[in-house]
Amino acid sequence: MSETTAHAQTHTAQAQAHTGQQHPIRLYLFVWGLLFVLSAFSYLVDYFGIQGYLRWTLILLFMMLKAGLIVAVFMHMAWERLALVYAILMPPVLVLVFVALMVSESQYTILTRLAFFGTAP
Amino acid sequence: MAQTIETHGDANLRPAGLRGVAADFASDQRAFKSASWGKAMMWIFLLSDTFVFGCFLIAYMTARMSTPVAWPNPSEVFALHIGGQDIPLILIAIMTFVLISSSGTMAMAVNFGYRRERHRTAALMLLTALLGATFVSMQAFEWTKLITEGVRPWENPWGAAQFGSTFFMITGFHGTHVTIGVIFLLIVARKVWRGDFDVERRGFFTSRKGRYEVVEIMGLYWHFVDLVWVFIFAFFYLW
Repeated sequence: MSETTAHAQTHTAQAQAHTGQQHPIRLYLFVWGLLFVLSAFSYLVDYFGIQGYLRWTLILLFMMLKAGLIVAVFMHMAWERLALVYAILMPPVLVLVFVALMVSESQYTILTRLAFFGTAP
Repeated sequence: MAQTIETHGDANLRPAGLRGVAADFASDQRAFKSASWGKAMMWIFLLSDTFVFGCFLIAYMTARMSTPVAWPNPSEVFALHIGGQDIPLILIAIMTFVLISSSGTMAMAVNFGYRRERHRTAALMLLTALLGATFVSMQAFEWTKLITEGVRPWENPWGAAQFGSTFFMITGFHGTHVTIGVIFLLIVARKVWRGDFDVERRGFFTSRKGRYEVVEIMGLYWHFVDLVWVFIFAFFYLW
């Protein structure tokens, strides 16, 4: 019985060594540090009260960099087979079409609200 | 035969780039060959969750863009009075750092899991759970503060009523995810600590053999929770 368990153990050890996502700890610590710095930057955008196009650009830039690092390194997407990467990352991009639809919809809504209720902002 | 070599053989024989993707999807077998079913299922669940959170954020955008009443300034709403002055968004910033740190410890737990250092893995997962619980507690504090100030799903003291409903909906749904993640973490940490994955002990629910990959699958969920917060932080609190 103990022999079979030992056999099973070495067998899985080999199998897992092949399939497991093993990367140097240093890489994770580096990404962790980067995420900290990027979050601090996004917070500073608000702290210093940066306004206008610069604000939106910086917020979106830091957001995308953080999201990219989390998905690519922490979630190991950078090392996955391309079929999986495309199946997961392509569909959310299409959400942008939905965003565009709702932008146009909400502009119509506010237009009618202002026209019929006359409540100026 | 040639097909089999193309899709099953080592990476050198498989076509690269889009041809490889086409070969995988057209191979009349499972498409995600290097990912186990468990990992692929977690990814597909996370994709569906992406759509749910996406719909929530789009609903918030629509509400905010279509109201003629001024939107409350989140920088002031979430300010804390510390040391005689108001510091903008400070609580949210601390919550962000706590959640990112939990993602860091989780990533390292996955790594130590594959190195089969079970005590270190379990300890890092417990630390992750602790940071997650800290995040939820701070969120509870934030909710309490806003509710005492008069924020309701239908009204708030600073302007557009939709602020209340979107705030409770989005942060509430995210907080629920964190809470479920903490429970999930504790269950898996216990299994790791006990050595379930070393002896392939069967799960109490699925009766399937436990493997260290479970730690990575759990990690995918946890990182996703952090990922969603990145978007909420940008769109709800900074925008």
